[in-house]
Amino acid sequence: MDRPWNNKAWFLVLPVLALVAISAVIPLMTVVNYAFNDTFGNNQFFWAGLEWFDEMIHSSRLHGALGRQILFSAIILAIEVPLGIFIALNMPKNKGFWSSLCLVLMALPLLIPFNVVGTIWQIFGRVDIGLLGRTLSALGVDYNYVSDPIDAWITVIVMDVWHWTSLVALLCFAGLQSIPQAYYQAAKIDQASRWAVFRHIELPKMKGVLLIAVLLRFMDSFMIYTEPFVVTGGGPGNATTFLSIDLAKMATGQFDLGPAAAFSLMYFLVILLISWVFYTVMTNLDRDETSGEAK
Amino acid sequence: MARITLENLAHSYLPKPVSDADFALKQMTHIWDDGGAYALLGASGCGKTTLLNIISGLLTPSQGRVLFGDRDVTHAPTAERNIAQVFQFPVVYDTMTVRENLAFPLRNRGKDAGYIAARVGRIAQMIGMEHGLDRKARGLTADAKQKISLGRGMVREDVNAILFDEPLTVIDPHMKWELRTQLKQLHRQFGHTMIYVTHDQTEALTFADKVVVMHDGRVVQMGTPEELFETPAHTFVGYFIGSPGMNLFPAKVQGREADLGGLRIDLGADYAPLAGETKIGIRPEYVQISDQGHPVSISSVEDVGRHRILRGRLAGHPVNAILHEGESLPAEPRLGFVPGRINVYHDDWRVAPGKV
Repeated sequence: MDRPWNNKAWFLVLPVLALVAISAVIPLMTVVNYAFNDTFGNNQFFWAGLEWFDEMIHSSRLHGALGRQILFSAIILAIEVPLGIFIALNMPKNKGFWSSLCLVLMALPLLIPFNVVGTIWQIFGRVDIGLLGRTLSALGVDYNYVSDPIDAWITVIVMDVWHWTSLVALLCFAGLQSIPQAYYQAAKIDQASRWAVFRHIELPKMKGVLLIAVLLRFMDSFMIYTEPFVVTGGGPGNATTFLSIDLAKMATGQFDLGPAAAFSLMYFLVILLISWVFYTVMTNLDRDETSGEAK
Repeated sequence: MARITLENLAHSYLPKPVSDADFALKQMTHIWDDGGAYALLGASGCGKTTLLNIISGLLTPSQGRVLFGDRDVTHAPTAERNIAQVFQFPVVYDTMTVRENLAFPLRNRGKDAGYIAARVGRIAQMIGMEHGLDRKARGLTADAKQKISLGRGMVREDVNAILFDEPLTVIDPHMKWELRTQLKQLHRQFGHTMIYVTHDQTEALTFADKVVVMHDGRVVQMGTPEELFETPAHTFVGYFIGSPGMNLFPAKVQGREADLGGLRIDLGADYAPLAGETKIGIRPEYVQISDQGHPVSISSVEDVGRHRILRGRLAGHPVNAILHEGESLPAEPRLGFVPGRINVYHDDWRVAPGKV
């Protein structure tokens, strides 16, 4: 490996480093500062050590939010990934009018700002004026996301599925498009069943994009804030108070800056950790299959 | 196994073809014998893949019928045709082991385990992969994958035909020769009807009993390698087969003689008078270089190992000649044609000798 080595090249990286410092590192350091200190304003800080972390780790409020958060992410992944694959498999494959129409329709929810999505569903589900809420009431269904925790959960989950399944579907569709026609023809000649085609041709070829889709959906859903906040405000009670909503309440509602900073640092590390585990497990699975003997 | 009949077959990719030029495949009627080894040979875009896709059922022809034996399969889907196909690039099921890949077509047809095991063992031996059967197909090289594709194509004994779509494109040159020999052996052993699409004349001539030469959507000649060499039916065959291809000269044909820009050439047979564009063609192998005959200017000599290729001009037209091992180039070379080896072409199609 005779690559030219020139330390002056580091200067070329400086502009990016400066940008990242201003946009990410410095704000993060202020959070770190808050997490280890106690402050009463006026820029007066008192060293608190690991006190806030200790408090947060043992806080049942945080445990509740974390539990709800994990449940929420698990549910939406369990719905959006299979549904997305199913939609992708059934989209028109040839590049014609219907294919383009599908793509545009699918992309629409992705283009709507988060708080608008929230507002749409907030109004849509209202029992007094919302199309969905009123229809359900008229049909005799006792639906009210403002007072019933289960209804609130259903609303928030359906909203997320509506908003994000397209992303999974579009990524899978892209994966499917890359499969040469010869594979399908060979499968026909081999008289492979529909399931075998999916299992042995389509799924393996979609694996790469599916990994990305799962990762993106996990990270996004784990950090979800705007949409449930607009629809339910975290209620009824704390029923839909997910981690971000709880964090915002703590930081900007109660001005508990120290605990909130400790909370957000742990939050960040948890997401980083889970994403890393996800990624490692999936790439390792990939490698096992690529190399060597089976079984 | 079945005889394949192509009846008034033609295909156009346009919805409403009008002229001849709109057809990717011009109307043709051919019968391919049961158990024959055929090669479809032609340059890119000549329609050979279109023809293959019609036989495999991927395309429905614009007109005409395809029959397997006595059964009309023109509109039958691929799965019903009971054929096997090997594609240009390896198509293997990555998630399966080599063994599972080879067994897949049999397993889907509900064959019993003992038969499958025996058959897979046999094919594995043929493609030289009996020691890697439990490896996943995924990590293998393109060579190995293509061998699996070939194996999967041949694992079934009862197929009507096996189609090969330029299957050796990704294979190493030394492996190519070996696999082609194995294919040929297999053909002799099982007598499957085999159709082999290629643009490589060596592949076609060594593999097939009958070579089907295609040009511009038409089958221009179907014959044994020897027929293609000695009596090309069309100037394209003359030019496409052979290395270098046939020498073609515009000439006036009168009886036993041709007038090539003032030179009188003995044709070795009588021809009826021809109106329109006439050419005479002769293989470089039958052009003799000595100190007698017509004057020729040599522009280059290429040594290709077994023989030398002379490139020059005869009466203003380019000419190639082959100088065999041991023959020497005279100081003032002159050129002669072996009389019985000259073919006469009228509007690019060969004219048989004989008076009207």
